[in-house]
Amino acid sequence: MSLQNEPLDKNQNRKKYDRFKKAGIKYIDYKDPNFLLKLLNEQGKILPRRLTGTSLKNQRKVAQAVKRARHIALLPYVGDSLK
Amino acid sequence: MSQKQYETVFILTPVLSDVQTKDAVDKFKKILTDNGSELIHEESWGLKKLAYPIQGKGTGFYHLVEFTANPDVIATLETEYRRDERVMRFLTIALDKHAIAYNERKRKGLVGKKQEAPAE
Repeated sequence: MSLQNEPLDKNQNRKKYDRFKKAGIKYIDYKDPNFLLKLLNEQGKILPRRLTGTSLKNQRKVAQAVKRARHIALLPYVGDSLK
Repeated sequence: MSQKQYETVFILTPVLSDVQTKDAVDKFKKILTDNGSELIHEESWGLKKLAYPIQGKGTGFYHLVEFTANPDVIATLETEYRRDERVMRFLTIALDKHAIAYNERKRKGLVGKKQEAPAE
């Protein structure tokens, strides 16, 4: 029974895959908040690659899109992003 | 100078009357067309709730313009944004080929469901 707090392993059991490559997504649109909400945790932070399993190239696109969405106030910088 | 494709989104303060918002939008479109850029697509999301208050306001009037322009036009456009106090926030993006393809698909309404590859 490991005492140290387990990482938030949402999809621990299934094989992690890059959902963008699978769905053939090449451009992540910053104007579409509900698509981006899936990539944020409850506090509105960007989910790390080790949880979502996205490739480095796509993770950078995600990060850029989320930061642009935050700039034009489609996504909050902090706060309870309504899941 | 080679024309590149851009997309700009700007937020106007909600306190304006709709006549003022309309001529603010036309003013920016005129700036673009005067400098030899050609508008491709224009979208107005209307009054939307902001995720966090900007300048003390909770809502804003969003407007999106997609256009092709020479790279130097962007500097004039952005100084105009900064000068105009009706504009609360703006964002200008250069579009790469994936983004252009995505916008094309979106206009044709192909981008809909998640499983059908929303963003090409």
